[in-house]
Amino acid sequence: MSETITVNGVSQPLPDDVRVSLLDFLRQHLGLTGTKKGCDHGQCGACTVLVDGFRINSCLTLAAMHADQEVTTIEGLGTPEDPSALQRAFVEHDAFQCGYCTPGQICSATALLEEIRSEWPSDASDDLAAPTLTDEEIRERMSGNLCRCGAYANILAAIRQVAEEDA
Amino acid sequence: MRPFDYIRATDPTDAAERTSAPGAMAIAGGTNLIDLMKLQVETPDTLVDVGRLDMGSIEEAGDGLRIGALVTNTATAVHPKVRADYPVLARAILAGATQQLRNKATTAGNLCQRTRCTYFTNIDQPCNKRAPGSGCGAMGGVARLHAILGTSDQCIATYPGDMAVAMAALDAHVHIQGGRGGDRQVPVREFHRLPGETPWQDNVLESGEIITAVTLPLPVKGKQIYRKVRERSSYAFALVSIAAIVAMDGGRIARADLAFGGLAHKPWHDPRLADLLVGEAPSPALFEKAADVLLDEADARGGSEFKIPLARRTLTAVLTEATETRT
Amino acid sequence: MTAHLKQDGPVDRAHLDGMQQGLLGKAVPRIEGYAKVTGTATYAAEYDVADPAEGVLVTATITKGKVTYIDNDAALAMPGVLAVIADARMTTRPAQGTAGEAPEQEPQSVSYWGQPIAVVVAETFEEARNAAKHLVVAYEADADVDLDPAAAQPEPQDGQAVEMGDLTAAMDAATHSVDLTIETDGHASAAMEPHAAIADWDGDNLTVRASLQMLNYNIAELADALGVEEDNVRLISRYVGGGFGSKLGISEEVVAAALAARQLGRPVRVVMSRQQVFQCIMRRSETHQRLQLACDAEGRLTAFGHHARVSNLPGESFAEPVLQSSHFLYGAENRSLGMDLVRIHRMTAGSVRAPGEAVGMPALEMAMDELAEKAGIDPVAFRLRNIPGENPEEDLPFTSHTLADCLRQGAEAFGWDDGPRRPRMRREGDWWIGTGMASAARVHNVSEAKARVRLTAEGRAVVQTDMTDLGTGTYTILAQIAGEMLGLPIDRVTVELGDTNHPRGPGSGGSWGAASIGSAVYLACKALREEIARRANTGEAELGLKDGAVAGGRTLVDLLGGEALEEVGHYEPGDNQDAWTASGFGAFFAQVRVNHWTGEARVDRMLGAFGFGRVLNEKTARSQCLGGITWSIGAALTEALHFDPRDGHLANPDLAEYHVPVHRDVQDVEVLMLEERDPLASAIQAKGIGELGMCGGAGAIANAVYNACGARLRELPMTPDRILAALPE
Repeated sequence: MSETITVNGVSQPLPDDVRVSLLDFLRQHLGLTGTKKGCDHGQCGACTVLVDGFRINSCLTLAAMHADQEVTTIEGLGTPEDPSALQRAFVEHDAFQCGYCTPGQICSATALLEEIRSEWPSDASDDLAAPTLTDEEIRERMSGNLCRCGAYANILAAIRQVAEEDA
Repeated sequence: MRPFDYIRATDPTDAAERTSAPGAMAIAGGTNLIDLMKLQVETPDTLVDVGRLDMGSIEEAGDGLRIGALVTNTATAVHPKVRADYPVLARAILAGATQQLRNKATTAGNLCQRTRCTYFTNIDQPCNKRAPGSGCGAMGGVARLHAILGTSDQCIATYPGDMAVAMAALDAHVHIQGGRGGDRQVPVREFHRLPGETPWQDNVLESGEIITAVTLPLPVKGKQIYRKVRERSSYAFALVSIAAIVAMDGGRIARADLAFGGLAHKPWHDPRLADLLVGEAPSPALFEKAADVLLDEADARGGSEFKIPLARRTLTAVLTEATETRT
Repeated sequence: MTAHLKQDGPVDRAHLDGMQQGLLGKAVPRIEGYAKVTGTATYAAEYDVADPAEGVLVTATITKGKVTYIDNDAALAMPGVLAVIADARMTTRPAQGTAGEAPEQEPQSVSYWGQPIAVVVAETFEEARNAAKHLVVAYEADADVDLDPAAAQPEPQDGQAVEMGDLTAAMDAATHSVDLTIETDGHASAAMEPHAAIADWDGDNLTVRASLQMLNYNIAELADALGVEEDNVRLISRYVGGGFGSKLGISEEVVAAALAARQLGRPVRVVMSRQQVFQCIMRRSETHQRLQLACDAEGRLTAFGHHARVSNLPGESFAEPVLQSSHFLYGAENRSLGMDLVRIHRMTAGSVRAPGEAVGMPALEMAMDELAEKAGIDPVAFRLRNIPGENPEEDLPFTSHTLADCLRQGAEAFGWDDGPRRPRMRREGDWWIGTGMASAARVHNVSEAKARVRLTAEGRAVVQTDMTDLGTGTYTILAQIAGEMLGLPIDRVTVELGDTNHPRGPGSGGSWGAASIGSAVYLACKALREEIARRANTGEAELGLKDGAVAGGRTLVDLLGGEALEEVGHYEPGDNQDAWTASGFGAFFAQVRVNHWTGEARVDRMLGAFGFGRVLNEKTARSQCLGGITWSIGAALTEALHFDPRDGHLANPDLAEYHVPVHRDVQDVEVLMLEERDPLASAIQAKGIGELGMCGGAGAIANAVYNACGARLRELPMTPDRILAALPE
């Protein structure tokens, strides 16, 4: 297939084998191993990436389904030398332990901030029309990213700090 | 995952035609289908990607709201009109899965979501739905989350979704294109099937038919509630869920459209409930009667006995809240 | 040079506190933090190894019996398939923690549903996965299979049994008593990173990148399984995506990858699917526990009975040590403790975070709550009244004891109301609100550990050991210890972990890692300081090393004179392990809400107060405690393995149906760390911490559920069905 997909701003040819998930394409074909495989079935969120700005589970989609789309992975959000505000806040608040769910958490949180700006509601919104950024909102919106080390309280603190800086 | 051919449909007619080929399946968001393909539960020869067809918009029609088959769950839940006029639908969608999954999952795909029964998803266990005639592993196995209404000797699986439960309460209609009968409309309440003797048939879609849209009727007055009881506070399937649209008039119930998730192979809608409730003054005794009607044929064939009292109590809770009855 | 300490008694607690750098104990961010948040930290499956083939395990679809035939030819005819391997050396169970030898082998022999029986190797992952799913296998099934722990024949565990006084007489004579049975469902570690290995041979030398907790034991387990010498094996685990016991011993994919790579003459990667991780890695055994407690009118315990039944596969010696803290936590003259192990054919039972206490302590603390209620005593006061001055069973004094302080300070910080308590005192809308508490205890152990510390001529320190960091904070605390001792800011310390080419550490497990390897680094640094002091013509204690300079103004670089210095620290436990009772202590306080219609329970607020010796890093220590509390919530409310009663297969082998807590389940959580120095605990006066945070926490939540709604649960987790069933009218 001569189609391409854009990953972190770089155009890449799609894999020949259409069975390749977007996740495996990133990890095994492009060597972008920052995106993690935790369950391979959309049950943990470790593989979260942004596609055209929306967060999705990269395990439950085929790379081939994303021809001509733009994918942003954790590597595209920042580097050790030039981290994003969320990446810095995660380090500062110790918002991870083993680190395996962390790229997914950060990709998710990056999208979350945008979703809040767009006033999208969540299951935790008292008012569907005008959700406000409570701790409960952040918790609900981050519930698609499991953290077995149990760093949730620190993840919340990190996201809240960046959200408030943003506001 | 077995090898397969991957093709993109060019328009709805092309999609209907291509998916009518033996071994062909349509894929849109893929969140359910790819999950099942990895487990070798689904083994299509051809995947027809319908994801880029022009069915991704929400439009106001004179008689309600038309939600395109490819509108994502997110897009439906955040749509101003849905939030304002059909909050039960927005709430139901937001109570399901996660933001990541809702960003990908589509209206049509969500309607066609398959059961989460772990005997269905494990190809090394018997399952009449996956392998007709192999038996039902869930009966006599681990079946805490299984159906208590409308089961058969063949299957006790549940339909796992939330969106369709709200759509059943709203009496939304599914628009279907292709197939021998041409275009047709089916009420959501009749879209999913009970397992009966053919548990592999989840719904009334026939080969070569594709869903093009769901239409919601004009907004109705009343309180809209989606109550989902689950084992953790998020990211879990329903033990019991209830979508309720209840209106009061002069101290009496004027409307009571109820649908239930987690209880059956389909979003459960029992017309006897509205018949019983409408015109009556709300009271705990009335709610008990409603629960009696709902559960008069309830039958737990696994470890799901607890769902009978749980459904009763949750129904009472929802009716109490909806009618603002004092307890 | 090696600096060695076998610890027989207390160490000088002032020495480490006398250092000048001011780094140890501080809330220093993880030194590997930016690698993790940018996705550049390399986990097992992610090493850039040239042209690896991909292996996928095939697992048994019978419970017990023999594999009689595998259709290799059909598989080999499939696209990309390179090999189907069912070598007799393949392992069929994970090794137990600290085994140091191969676990069960011979994949032809099946002893549980889901056991690995072969590995299919192909050019690509898609090809291997497809071929593995299609592999045709024939079996000879053995129908005689014990699956029900309640029906199997118990084997008493004599080492656990204690009989003192007369329990029955004391129960009969007591003013107040409780006699109850509590059952807990099995748990899975469910570490986020699935088990994975990449094996690569160079001649007879094997390198395996894997996700493992205890390389010092794992290397022996792997060498034994393969029948090769340890000297020919190198294991690398620089980053481990969570372990929680599941990676203590080598798992099946490690040996499979090594054998496949040998046969094919090229690197092979084998990654378990999430379902395989659930099906063929350790489970925490379900438990059946009987608690018999009695007290006098003043609330002093007179009888203490705790008996438990746990299960494992035939051939496994591990028995969930449910009674571990019960032996010393509360005094009572009349004691009866005992354990039974039953043999059933579910997957291997082994260590899952806080083996023993994680389920034993909640049951005990639920019984304590009931007895306190019967005696009409506030549950905090009731526990304070029963803290023994000495170990009630053995003549082993406590190295330190912080339970009373944790109870008092925790209660104060939580705002514990010690007034009259009865269920359903508070209601908000559809929810009853209640509070509960529990004690925490987790035995403290240390283990032999070696670490090398090199001071480069440029005045940088490099710490090397095969010790691992599972997210526990090892990288950072070792850098802090070395920086503190050698007077270096943290950015001048490098820590290299997870490589068996380095000196052998203790491995991460049993909460002994930090205290043990930290002691080894301390010893190495102390020896380096002595050499620096010699060169500076001063005493080691007078060095005043800080920011690369010594007292009097000479710099470290100057004293090194262009030469690197190196020491290996070697720490060994001695009499301090055998002649004392060492434990971390704590107290949990929880506020929960229970929906009066549906029985849903949510933890609104939870506080843990913990004493575990020296705090090495305030940030990472707190995170360990937060993790434990999160696990407590899971054990209390959602986590349960469900096994099919007919074939014993795990019916919820994934993260959709095995419910680890999600973010929204964890509301307001607080941690109080009661810092102390325990000079008998380790050379750095620190104790274990990783498991303490869940040793009793589920009990606090259960007690709060009772206080909220009046339901006394006899089963954990407390899912809505169970709460509804236990709800009084």
